[in-house]
Amino acid sequence: MSAQQTKLPYDETFQCVQCGYCLPACPTYQVLEKESASPRGRIALVKAAAEGKIDLLQHLAGPIDQCLGCRACEVACPSGVRYGMIFEGAKQTIQTAKRSRGRETPLVKALRRLVFEGLFPYPGRLKALGGLIWLYQKSGLRKVAHAIGITKKLPFHMGEFEAALPDVPSPFAYLARQRLVKAKGAGVTSGLSDETAKAKVAFFAGCVMDSVFYETNRKSIELLAAAGCDVVVPQTQTCCGALHAHAGELEQAKELAKRNIEAFEATGADWYVNNAGGCGAMLIEYDHLLADEPEWAERATQFVQKSRDINVILAQLGPLPFRKELPYRITYQDSCHLRNVQKVESEPRELLRSIPGTEYVELPGADGCCGSAGIYSLVQYETSMKVLDEKMKSVEATQATLVVTSNPGCLLQMRMGIQRANLQDWMQAVHIVDLLHEACGLG
Amino acid sequence: MKPEIIQELIAITDRDRVLDTLDERCTYAYDASFGTYLPDVVVFPKTAQEVAAILKLANREKIPVTPRGGGTSLSGGPLPVAGGIALVMTRMNRLLEIDRDNLIAIVEPGVITADLHKRVEEIGLFYPPDPSSSNVSTIGGNLAENAGGPHGLKYGVTKHYVIGLEVVTPQGDIIRTGGMTVKNVTGYDLTPLIIGSEGTLGVITKAILRLIPKPPARKALLAVFDDLIDSGRAISGVLTNGILPAKMEMMDNASIRAVENYKPCGMPIDADAIILLEVDGHPAAVEAEIEQAARICRMYRAREVRVAKDETEREQLWLARKLVSPAITRVKPTKISEDATVPRSKIPEMFQRLREIREKYKIHLVVFGHAGDGNLHPNIIADARDKEEMRRVEEAVGEIFRAAVELGGTLSGEHGIGTMKAPYMEMELGPVCLDLMRRIKQAWDPNNILNPYKIFPQPGQTRVVLTE
Repeated sequence: MSAQQTKLPYDETFQCVQCGYCLPACPTYQVLEKESASPRGRIALVKAAAEGKIDLLQHLAGPIDQCLGCRACEVACPSGVRYGMIFEGAKQTIQTAKRSRGRETPLVKALRRLVFEGLFPYPGRLKALGGLIWLYQKSGLRKVAHAIGITKKLPFHMGEFEAALPDVPSPFAYLARQRLVKAKGAGVTSGLSDETAKAKVAFFAGCVMDSVFYETNRKSIELLAAAGCDVVVPQTQTCCGALHAHAGELEQAKELAKRNIEAFEATGADWYVNNAGGCGAMLIEYDHLLADEPEWAERATQFVQKSRDINVILAQLGPLPFRKELPYRITYQDSCHLRNVQKVESEPRELLRSIPGTEYVELPGADGCCGSAGIYSLVQYETSMKVLDEKMKSVEATQATLVVTSNPGCLLQMRMGIQRANLQDWMQAVHIVDLLHEACGLG
Repeated sequence: MKPEIIQELIAITDRDRVLDTLDERCTYAYDASFGTYLPDVVVFPKTAQEVAAILKLANREKIPVTPRGGGTSLSGGPLPVAGGIALVMTRMNRLLEIDRDNLIAIVEPGVITADLHKRVEEIGLFYPPDPSSSNVSTIGGNLAENAGGPHGLKYGVTKHYVIGLEVVTPQGDIIRTGGMTVKNVTGYDLTPLIIGSEGTLGVITKAILRLIPKPPARKALLAVFDDLIDSGRAISGVLTNGILPAKMEMMDNASIRAVENYKPCGMPIDADAIILLEVDGHPAAVEAEIEQAARICRMYRAREVRVAKDETEREQLWLARKLVSPAITRVKPTKISEDATVPRSKIPEMFQRLREIREKYKIHLVVFGHAGDGNLHPNIIADARDKEEMRRVEEAVGEIFRAAVELGGTLSGEHGIGTMKAPYMEMELGPVCLDLMRRIKQAWDPNNILNPYKIFPQPGQTRVVLTE
């Protein structure tokens, strides 16, 4: 066994008894119909690579890259295999090998550096990028671009993604954001003091959420306040590190985790609330991430115990002060990381069912990944779209006018799906926060 | 494998359905048992004609072919021991017909068993064979291994529900056996010969399955015993007093403890054993039978009997049984799942023998299973990386089989022989019978291309080897 291979999560693979119960739960196995696109297959390949029977890059990298990381297999597994650990460990080992063997093309190398080192650890820079998109959207360039059809010629199918993007906020919006928003509404006296709030929460803004879905973040804060929370937004918080961890950049993920732990500890909040299923899943695994670092392990555990998805907090503090009847037929697509990792399944459904005037219809197979999965839809476009198109068949069958999600990636993907299936005339996709905000008449 | 052969396979199917890279081949080198054997190429046929063409090619070139479904086998049936072609049937998965008038279903081999269950139950019918792997395993695999499941006690196993087959022979001819009628006595009955032949005689490409009406009601109970042997007597007691439960399962103390440690569901951890029992049928009969079963359990010294009041409670009772497998793999990662089966009157004695084996070899042995039909599942929990422990396990496995056969039982109730039990075949069948079986294989497959090294022991092979 080479040094590199011993870094693979070899021992963890022995937990797998190869029963195959994960196969029906795996979205890539369902569309690609072969074992190497299944969790059991990938685990067997990690084991084989660790034993030196196959090559890391030539044989293991491809099947691992095909994985969405949705972790539906963990829920299905009767033996408690920690697939997420095996997957991320394999990703990291592959990434290290690519570097040391010089397999990264200069372009990929530069891109990875830009994304992982230059962009995501610095929310400010991401917002600046958001500012550029804002400029693009507001200046009329977007109309021009669409008119001359240039977006259709973008690499990585960026055109399709571009169309699914919401209007991003102007760079000035961030300046206007208050650092502390006081609780208001039923059960809270008009004095808005800390004593009368039901809870003090620190809001995790995220990076994609805070740049592209800034409006959803703004509404999340207002919604939390309306539910009776004092809300603080820690200024020194940073990216959760999920993209890094899933791309094999584990060391950087650890650094980001430490910065977040410090930022949130300083708030003295009861709960640390996030509104993106994928980020939340990363946040609640900081204890695993930092388990080997004695000076951080305990703080990470504390952090995890205080972290909550916004659906959980709203359902717990509810009922929400609804003011409007909404005329939608609603269905809900789970965020895999919200459901499979954070185990938040019933709360968003309860919240949706409680909105006056709406009709809720369960989406068959809502627990299956939509194919978005971080940057998967960019780098594994073909498979991602196969998964999405399958998903859209069930979505269309619900005849819902509104598809609700609870994670930015899923939201973008569902918007693309609606366009691909040509349903945009009568169907829309929204983040659950936007919908609850509207129903509460918060403007 | 020679490039020309790969090209021929692609010509028979298409480029997407022939996989020959090392990573793809590696993922068809295993099933849920032991050992990995790399196939040279993986092929996904979609029609009987394609299967026939592949087998003609293989027979001409003398290339081994190992058919495979979901790969859930616990006995090694789908392992490509001699390399060659892994013939993966999962994409031949059309449910061709459900015929309500004649109570039959016609399916391709790749249909997932649970999908069939769902489809027929939607229209008030029932396909009873229900292996625990039914969410993954295919009908073709179930047929090849003659799979069982908890319903075996009352409803029998897979072979009791197959009335006709379409099969491709090792020489590449398509034949039909049986037919669409429940009664059919024309000539040698090849259907049951192929069922359970583990892919050594032919490749099943279509199956005609018998369905029955779905029982309208069901009810379950849990009985707690302070002595394992008593629970064995209670099992016999229920069955000899005029009740035929739909399912009757047992768990020993080690299984109960494992489950309660893993996910508490209110099982008594001080009990020596529990029995889970379910009756189904007409609602009035179900009520009467569950009461009588409870009475009999108490008669055989059950210290407590809980009857589920509704469906939720019923599911709650079965939860513990479902959790046994996951719970015990938390103890140690390697699980050797045996299915030695004895006549049910011998269950108490078999329990005793298993206890002795556990002590003698100092192994972690857990017993649970379909006690009602004598199909126990002695599971040994070990760690494949511990060579010394695995050798003790190998000895113990051999002794479990000896105990079962000595008590008039069999090596396998539902998992099949595969590679795992081949060394013990002569112990159960004797040399003459085994030789007769060999001659049947020889007549069907003179070049021995179809799933070689299965069922029949190799010269000098007298014990299972679990380490690579």
